[in-house]
Amino acid sequence: MSDGTETQSKARIQLRNIYKIFGKNPQRGIDLLNKGLSKDEILNKAKLVVGVSDVSFDIFEGETVVVMGLSGSGKSTLIRCVNRLMEPTAGQVIVDGVDVTKLNHDELRDFRRKKFSMVFQSFALFPHRTVVENVEYGLEIQGVEPEERRERALNSLKLVGLDGWGDHYPANLSGGMKQRVGLARALTVDPDVLLMDEAFSALDPLIRTDMQDELIALNDRVQKTIMFITHDLDEALKMGDRIVLMKDGEVVQVGTPEEILTRPATEYVERFVANVDITKVLTAEDVMKRPRPVAYVKDGPRVALRKMRESGLSGIFVVRQSGELVGHLSAERAADAARKEDKWVDEVTDREHVSSVPLDYPVRQLFSLCTSGNPVAVVDENQILKGIVVRGSIIAALSEANQDYHGSDESAPADASNSAGSDLSGTEDGVAVSAADAPAELSADAAEEKEANA
Amino acid sequence: MEWIPRLPLAQWIESLLDVLTDALAGLTRAISAVMQTGIRSFVNGLGGMPWWLLLLILVGLAFVLADRKVAIGSAIGLFFIWNIGLWDPMVSTLVLVLLATFIAIVFGIPLGIIGGLSDRFYIVIKPILDFMQTMPAFVYLIPAIPFFGLGSVSAIMSTVIFSIPPVIRLTSLGIRQIDHELIEASDSFGSTTMQKLLKVQLPLSLPTVMAGINQTIMLALSMVVIAAMIGAGGLGGEVWRAIQRLRPGDGFEAGIAVVIMAIILDRITQRIAARDRK
Ligand SMILES: Nc1ncnc2c1ncn2[C@@H]1O[C@H](COP(=O)(O)OP(=O)(O)OP(=O)(O)O)[C@@H](O)[C@H]1O
Ligand SMILES: [Mg+2]
Repeated sequence: MSDGTETQSKARIQLRNIYKIFGKNPQRGIDLLNKGLSKDEILNKAKLVVGVSDVSFDIFEGETVVVMGLSGSGKSTLIRCVNRLMEPTAGQVIVDGVDVTKLNHDELRDFRRKKFSMVFQSFALFPHRTVVENVEYGLEIQGVEPEERRERALNSLKLVGLDGWGDHYPANLSGGMKQRVGLARALTVDPDVLLMDEAFSALDPLIRTDMQDELIALNDRVQKTIMFITHDLDEALKMGDRIVLMKDGEVVQVGTPEEILTRPATEYVERFVANVDITKVLTAEDVMKRPRPVAYVKDGPRVALRKMRESGLSGIFVVRQSGELVGHLSAERAADAARKEDKWVDEVTDREHVSSVPLDYPVRQLFSLCTSGNPVAVVDENQILKGIVVRGSIIAALSEANQDYHGSDESAPADASNSAGSDLSGTEDGVAVSAADAPAELSADAAEEKEANA
Repeated sequence: MEWIPRLPLAQWIESLLDVLTDALAGLTRAISAVMQTGIRSFVNGLGGMPWWLLLLILVGLAFVLADRKVAIGSAIGLFFIWNIGLWDPMVSTLVLVLLATFIAIVFGIPLGIIGGLSDRFYIVIKPILDFMQTMPAFVYLIPAIPFFGLGSVSAIMSTVIFSIPPVIRLTSLGIRQIDHELIEASDSFGSTTMQKLLKVQLPLSLPTVMAGINQTIMLALSMVVIAAMIGAGGLGGEVWRAIQRLRPGDGFEAGIAVVIMAIILDRITQRIAARDRK
């Protein structure tokens, strides 16, 4: 997934000062908001509910933007304003240059057919239709021929791993499978934009993690622009190229997962982020992975180069025979040395620009060290290299550990603040860590591969 | 409190009815004539059939529409009715019930759909339906006579009015109670209003609509019996005659036949509704 803030890709969805006020004479609510009244005051004074208040941000092509906030913060209302399942009280929604709010009834219908698909929290499968009939619904109402739409529906079922389930009724499926059907139904019409309103919130934690992984993998192939809603910070960190944090209908911060975690814009975000206080508990040791092939000081530059090439790395850590860390060697320097017929790696190793941290280094601070993109070495008190940490593995470990941990008490998905905050700060190190180990390593591998390819 | 003048409500209603009957005389007479022939040919058709053939047909229908248990029960019940000599009145009552239900459905379902889709219409129609259902059944008989004369047409018309509220109400309700997310899902893919109605709203409200039809049939049956007072004949006519001649035995026999019919019709329509639910 690309990072919209860095690349010059074009904005697919532009939200401009969106307001949604519920009640009679909603316009008045906007006037009151402009006068500086709070949501509660407006509710008491004018009997108007402020759903969304002055929201503006862009979603770029191919980007996954996660909108998150506590229950009642206006996430569902906002996403429904995008395809006008709800009429915004004011503001513009511009999708590929078209102002959706200006479309008439028929134009809107055609626009929905072309541009959007939506996935719902409680799946919203049609119970009277079989799985495949559900999946082909979008094409059916567009008047696509039965054979073609059946074929395309079966293809999307294959895509989400539900081959052979087409003739079952939704009632016979488990929650995870139902949401796969919901996803397949959304993908069948090949929309430009996927709108997902808490698509995974109703699933139990393990299935939910699976679905998240699968959506990420799937999106690498189909490359959709996704607006994803969640009230769960871990999910947001994992899924989002960028995160939009909402409170009481307003946007409080827009940023990448790292920015949200490391530079919370307001106290509110900080409190939200504090729920991931697993960062305090987790240390470098918990999120590091096995040192990938290392170069020894007595290796020749060609050997080091080959090790890098074999594992697809752009740099390698250099250690003594004892395992003691010496420095880092980039592929560039190694190639240079090989050309100049330098004998030992030792001579060309970069000893200055290496970040190394002790085993008990808190993960929270690791973020800033990792932003350069270079991996960080983790060493013990004797400077022996014990592991390495890359940026991807931190985020992966955070979300996996956090999720696995409160997997058991996830029953009330309503409120992220009380599901995480207090109970996690009291966590014994051991519990969270052991849960983190395996998945973190897997995801970190994937992240590195991406880095190497880039 | 003598000085408060009595509200002449009865007079008002009567003059309104007078005006209406005069204005609509041509129309009502035409309807009456057409329906009279329709009913007569129906009754003659079914009544002319050997009783065992009709019994077999009805039991067959019960088997196809419901299941074996209902079919066996129907066979026993219908045989009993024949045995106590009430076959012909039963047939004419059945014809009246089915015709009245048919008309009630033809008008009731579209009205119910509008009520399901439009809040404003629903708000208007809801108190009217409540009013219609709480009004004592007999009252509907009286105005029917000036419009359609004594006999089965008047009986059917008052039966339709009396029994139509449940179909309207439950059709509206069936559409209204559909999970809002399903409607959003349908909209989000760009369905037209008609596509949404035919592919989502109607199929999903079908079980509720069937429950409404079931209630309508039950109300129609009770009303058709009462309508014997204005010459509808059938099983109601038997009861009426028993009352006039003070013969409780005959009255109960006819009453039991009505109960049997009610059970058969109820079980069949309930089974259809249950099947739709699956
Ligand atoms: N149809 C409506 N009429 C009146 N108020 C509404 C309506 N829909 C939503 N609201 C109000 O708007 C606010 C935002 O609701 P919304 O459903 O968008 O929140 P949310 O962030 O999606 O919450 P959740 O996590 O519970 O789904 C809430 O205060 C809610 O009560
Ligand atoms: Mg919501």
